[in-house]
Amino acid sequence: MTIPTPYIGTSIKRLEDRRLLTGAGRYIDDVKLPDMAVMAIYRSPYAHARINGIDLAAAKAIPGVIDAFCAADIETDLPAIPLRLAPFDGFERFLQRPIARDKVRYVGEPVAVVIAPDRYTAEDALDLIEVDFEPMTAVTTVDQAAAGETLVHEDAGENMGTSYRVGRGDADRAFTEAPYTRRERFTTNRHSAVPMETRGLIAEFDPDRPLLRLHGATKVNFFNRRHLAAAFGLPEDAVELIETDVGGGFGARGELYPEDYLVPIASRRVQRPVKWIEDRRENLTATNHSRDIVCDLEVASTEDGRILAMRATVQGDMGAYIRTNGGVVASKAAQFLPGPYRVPSFSCEVQFLITNKTPVGTFRGPGRFEANFCRERMLDMVAADLKIDPAELRFRNLMEPAELPYRIGELVPGDVNATFDRGNYSSAFKRLLDQVGYADWKDRQGEIVNRRAYGLGIACFIESSAAGPPETARIIVSADGSIEIRTGASSVGQGTETGLAQICADYLETDINLIAVLHGSTTLVPTGGGTFHSRNTVMAGNAVRMAAETLRSQCIELAALRWNTDSAGLAYQNGAVHRRDDPGTKLSIAELAIFAESRDGEELASDAAFDNEGKLSYSYGAHAALVAIDVATGVIEVEKYVLTEEIGRALNPAMVQGQAVGGLVQGLGGTLLDHMVYDDDGQLLTGSFADYLLPTSTELPDITAIALEQSPSEFNPMGFKGAGEGGIVAVAAAVGNAVVHALKDHNVQINDLPITPDRLRAALRAAGA
Amino acid sequence: MKPPKFDYFAPDSVERALALIAEHGDHARFLAGGQSLVPMMNFRVATPSALIDLNGIADLRGIRIDDEHRLHIGAMTRTREIEMDAQIARANPLLHAAVPNIAHMQIRNRGTIGGSLAHADPAAELPAIVLVCGAAIQIVGPGGRRSVGAMDFFEGIFETALRDGEIISEIVFPTWPAARSWAFDEISRREGDFAMVGIAAWFDLDASGKISASGLAAIGAGDTPLRLSSGEQILIGRSPGADVFARAAEAAATDLQPASDIHASAEYRREVGEVLVQRCLQTAWERSS
Repeated sequence: MTIPTPYIGTSIKRLEDRRLLTGAGRYIDDVKLPDMAVMAIYRSPYAHARINGIDLAAAKAIPGVIDAFCAADIETDLPAIPLRLAPFDGFERFLQRPIARDKVRYVGEPVAVVIAPDRYTAEDALDLIEVDFEPMTAVTTVDQAAAGETLVHEDAGENMGTSYRVGRGDADRAFTEAPYTRRERFTTNRHSAVPMETRGLIAEFDPDRPLLRLHGATKVNFFNRRHLAAAFGLPEDAVELIETDVGGGFGARGELYPEDYLVPIASRRVQRPVKWIEDRRENLTATNHSRDIVCDLEVASTEDGRILAMRATVQGDMGAYIRTNGGVVASKAAQFLPGPYRVPSFSCEVQFLITNKTPVGTFRGPGRFEANFCRERMLDMVAADLKIDPAELRFRNLMEPAELPYRIGELVPGDVNATFDRGNYSSAFKRLLDQVGYADWKDRQGEIVNRRAYGLGIACFIESSAAGPPETARIIVSADGSIEIRTGASSVGQGTETGLAQICADYLETDINLIAVLHGSTTLVPTGGGTFHSRNTVMAGNAVRMAAETLRSQCIELAALRWNTDSAGLAYQNGAVHRRDDPGTKLSIAELAIFAESRDGEELASDAAFDNEGKLSYSYGAHAALVAIDVATGVIEVEKYVLTEEIGRALNPAMVQGQAVGGLVQGLGGTLLDHMVYDDDGQLLTGSFADYLLPTSTELPDITAIALEQSPSEFNPMGFKGAGEGGIVAVAAAVGNAVVHALKDHNVQINDLPITPDRLRAALRAAGA
Repeated sequence: MKPPKFDYFAPDSVERALALIAEHGDHARFLAGGQSLVPMMNFRVATPSALIDLNGIADLRGIRIDDEHRLHIGAMTRTREIEMDAQIARANPLLHAAVPNIAHMQIRNRGTIGGSLAHADPAAELPAIVLVCGAAIQIVGPGGRRSVGAMDFFEGIFETALRDGEIISEIVFPTWPAARSWAFDEISRREGDFAMVGIAAWFDLDASGKISASGLAAIGAGDTPLRLSSGEQILIGRSPGADVFARAAEAAATDLQPASDIHASAEYRREVGEVLVQRCLQTAWERSS
């Protein structure tokens, strides 16, 4: 058999798409187990209230209701939901228990659970639950939280989750001596990942076996298994997390949430499988929010625009509890504030404030989206002040290849080794400017065509990827020649199956159609790292490569045994081992699998784990947005969008393109539409898709996404860098700058997101337009 | 997001529907296209004890033009049918132009004109078109048949002249002069969203080229769709032109009664309402001249 081309680098069609597009996918709500009950959750209608009593009697009395429970009914004290990432000292005071006991701290917090044969009956029962709430003042802003008049967690004595200062150089001195400084306050809007498929879980809990099987898991299943096992006093191998198809993760799906404990408890209580599917109203209050920061940013530069220092205070609105993602959002916003630029001195105070809102977690490009918006807006202001072209200002400050690798300093507490690896930031930026025709556009900013003002905005970014624990892969060859890859990495819909199969097919030199990829479930492999931080291609991809390389060696050894010859005389090629002196004599991997089986029932299989030992590659690039603004109505249209992203090497260019475009569109949502709006009482005003606005197909601009492969990663032999987040991280930055350029005659500044017609008109009115 | 239990009836005649509502009383509701009522039921904001489904009543559907060129649209006619109907494009081009702004095609496939009028969302398009055209709303109920002019139909947010047990049977649009100038425009956050503000406009010219009659209406700018009579009065007796349109728009804006919500402030609605009046008049004039 001959292999037509290498699969790596080829835009083959996604292997999962036929199944998913023909409705043969198996999502969590498609899983139906015998005797399965459903569960619904009574969630707090108040942002902040004491619970003086809970009466479940009427709910339990509804015909059909199987059980109902609240915190007081749970025999064993449940542990708090653990911190997985950025677990800074002080956060331990603000962790969430799976169900509220004495107090609720955000609208949507679980208070009680009903188990019924169907969701209708369960919701009827929810209506009859009586909770004696004593409402308290809600803390809804970081300023109110910092003032501390109302405490969200009384025992903590403050609303400051934690705070710290990081930096490098001597920023204060640089500011004293700098000829030019500017200070601005920026805010990024609270919004959320909002995957198309909401969360859902089915628990089968048999305490006698013991076995807790949880369907609907994804993302970090081995971490979650460890903590669920501890929570329920089970050995780890008695807990199985099963991954189904997943309709989008984006950072939010697959973290441990209250429901990951409540569904097993429900199953344990009623001794039958229990399903919970998050409805969209729940999804908007119960799943992590993100992005909600206030950043006071100062920059100091020379008169010719060379940055001397940045100083900042980043305040993250954490919501009511610190969940698994800890301080990622605000800490990464601080770390990435200097961006790909030469910023000799930097000082940043980071504060994590607790409020009466839904807890925050990561959302695609956590902290980067925010940091890029603040910094890139500021750079455009500096350029305007100093009368330097914005692109020229950036070229003057982007770090050059000779300055790389660059150790950025301990900009996240404990992260002492963070180092930007090799790259050529100016080259990626120049590619963008050429593509978008910047030379033509820079003198046309603010041009009016058909009563709309046009502006082109640009922004640069740098973005880390593939942090975290090792990833695992196991490759098994069957007697029929089929190949199974098992990995601890998850698929959240991004094409993991296809990408891993491409690597395996190339390294085993086989037809990709022989390969099946099984992912995520804890039953597949002994351990795994999980899927986040644009990891899968780098981590799981290299684990598959290593397993394939091992398998090739194993095949040669097996063939040597079979032929009773020296392995040095054998070679592996095109899915078979042949004799070097007689290439016509071959043993295919299928024949070798049969031979292995015949020897004590051995499996032809290999295992590997890939560990990059914390050496991260940084993707980088630039975005450009062309916007047209109807000045009289404030309506913004993004007409054209171009982005470049250096990703080392594209495993599947079409999938890379999909990641960039998908990220960009989500970024347009976060810039123009997505917004979790709370009132002063802490009520969420955007509790449905009528009010929480996601971008749709009618909002899409003309998009050009260019993946650059000029700077392969040094830290893995295939050269991959993460490619999942570069599309989103600089969208608010580029669009914000574009809007300002379009409206340059009116001197409107964009410091706050989202940019809406109403806000634009308010600014234009103030400017007399 | 599941509704509580309710009874469901699917009568095949208006008489039977009226009998059912009489029988099931205050907590029964008629079901038209269900594009507003059903989501409200799923949120448990509306909790009817019974639904009386009008979808099976053939008499309530259909589009026809009578001998006097009036357009009759049965209350249960789908919005999408209005959008796709070639004779409506001639018989009331303003209505025809406004309809594609209603939500999304999937919603227009189910939503009905009668349902929209009975629901009376102040940001909805059809109520404003009915209002600006001076259409008559035909109603049938326990007291027999009656006709209510659009000016008297909309009473408040989600409140209409419909009384307990009554059904809209048909909407009758007055004859549309072939030479009439017209335009519709609205601003929404995304295509298909409820308008933050929207304007419907028309005017007729007399033999001397002066405006002899006009209609201006706004959506999203008050508790009901609003007729902007101050703006209409400016137009009457004057020749069309940018100056007149600007003055009319300024006057029309004084009739807006907008409120603020999370999508737009009252100031925005008033200001952009004025812009849209001016633009609609200009578009209407350019299209017909």
